[in-house]
Amino acid sequence: MADIDEITKSVLEKIDSEGFQQEGAYNLRYNGYSLCHGNTEHITIKRKEDRQGIDVYISGETRGELVHIPVVVTVSGMTDEVYNDFYIEEGAQVTIIAGCGIHNSGCNDSRHDGIHTFHVGRGANVRYEEKHYGEGEGTGARILNPVTKIIMEAHSTFTLDTAQIKGVDSTKRETEVVMGEGAKLFVVEKLMTHDKQSAVSNMDVHLNGSGSSAQITSRSVARGESTQIFHPKAIGNALCHAHIQCDSIIMDHAQVCSIPEIDAKHVDAAIIHEAAIGRINNEQLIKLNTFGLNGEEAEAVIIENFLN
Amino acid sequence: MLEVKNLIFHPLENGIEKSIIEDVSFTVEDGEMLVITGPNGGGKSTLAKLMMGIETPDSGSIIMDGVDISNYSIDERANAGIGFAFQQPPRFKGMTVKRLLSLAAGCELPESKCCDYLSGVGLCAREYLEREVDNTLSGGEMKRLEIATVLAKPHKICIFDEPEAGIDLWSFSMLVKQFEQLHADKKESLILISHQERIIQMADRIMVVKDGKIESFGKKEKILPNLINEDIGCICMNSSHKA
Repeated sequence: MADIDEITKSVLEKIDSEGFQQEGAYNLRYNGYSLCHGNTEHITIKRKEDRQGIDVYISGETRGELVHIPVVVTVSGMTDEVYNDFYIEEGAQVTIIAGCGIHNSGCNDSRHDGIHTFHVGRGANVRYEEKHYGEGEGTGARILNPVTKIIMEAHSTFTLDTAQIKGVDSTKRETEVVMGEGAKLFVVEKLMTHDKQSAVSNMDVHLNGSGSSAQITSRSVARGESTQIFHPKAIGNALCHAHIQCDSIIMDHAQVCSIPEIDAKHVDAAIIHEAAIGRINNEQLIKLNTFGLNGEEAEAVIIENFLN
Repeated sequence: MLEVKNLIFHPLENGIEKSIIEDVSFTVEDGEMLVITGPNGGGKSTLAKLMMGIETPDSGSIIMDGVDISNYSIDERANAGIGFAFQQPPRFKGMTVKRLLSLAAGCELPESKCCDYLSGVGLCAREYLEREVDNTLSGGEMKRLEIATVLAKPHKICIFDEPEAGIDLWSFSMLVKQFEQLHADKKESLILISHQERIIQMADRIMVVKDGKIESFGKKEKILPNLINEDIGCICMNSSHKA
């Protein structure tokens, strides 16, 4: 069992909601290399030969297992680029818990680019959780640029649950999903930016299969002088349903740009989008005041629950 | 005891001073149920908001148990023991019913306790615990939840602004029982703004507010016959609920 230092343990607690353990199927990437990894009867993790990253093979017999693949960067000035590919066989049911935390105590920028590709077999059900977090007293930036590609075969289900908790100075997220017949996609994106942080999220969902459906929900809070841009796009190429909902709370001197885009290329494509940006509702604050919470406490409760 | 003394509220509307509350004074005794009624737009809800600190009067004072709370903020009044149920409660995206009740109670409530409060207002408790307090709840459900949030914590004084509005007949009957029980316990003073006969019938005293002034105020036995006999357009006298 590999030794894990206290800073890394602390970061892991932030990014792995299930609690990272060196058991079951797991791979901990630490400062650019695989610190430890484990397989199970149904899940095999192999290091790539040609470039940085891992291949994760999930058998069709997998039922409710967890795969933990966190990344921790604690070296200031490091740029870590990793390619992870997931092969999920027909009928598998699995939860993959990823996430990246950067602890930067130096003056140089630390950056992690995680490029993930999911091949989701027919009828498989995958839940993918990804939390991003930054900390450290250094002046160097903490940068995370995830790229996610999901290829969904017929009647598969994919739940993409991403959250940027705090402390990430810059992020650019690119997501592309290609959906087969009857496939179901659920996306929940939660984002908090503060100070001078910036976040961009672009997402293209191609609903190619008849009967496919996508529910994309984005909730964000922008504080300080931070900026956010959201551009989720649903492209209906068949009989399909999609709903994009972007809600943002804007505070202080922040800026939020929300551009939900819907593109129907089939007469039976039914696609809806909603977007709302606004400050915290004064009536909500007053209601919580009547519970005995002061203004600051009420604001914190509203934000916490909004991003819940 | 709550004492409201010489409250005046003249807000500016489009640069013109408007007389909303005009020198209103009254007291609410410990354990008493006071029903405030009167025509729409007469100043009842504003009066309630002034008591809770949601609106600030131009002059006048509010004394609770001998302490002048006129300068208290909303949360300070809440912590001093005043509860408030809004006529139109706000919705909270992402917040569950259970979380809202716990916030109202000031502590993490066990599910069983949440269920008690929800059942008390006619909500089929367990179904609601993990529901979000957002647009998926109907107006009537929101209203009943609002009342449950006030019931979730003991107060010295509870103010309910039109608790019957938007609630179906069956739930209304449960609500009336809740108020009857609260009143029988005599632990809390209750101020209810209402047009509903069944609620008005429960009052110890009735205050009729019209054009920002107290038009009449006294024991139920004295005021209620006048309300029935004089058509002041403020009371639902049918036995069926009309809210």
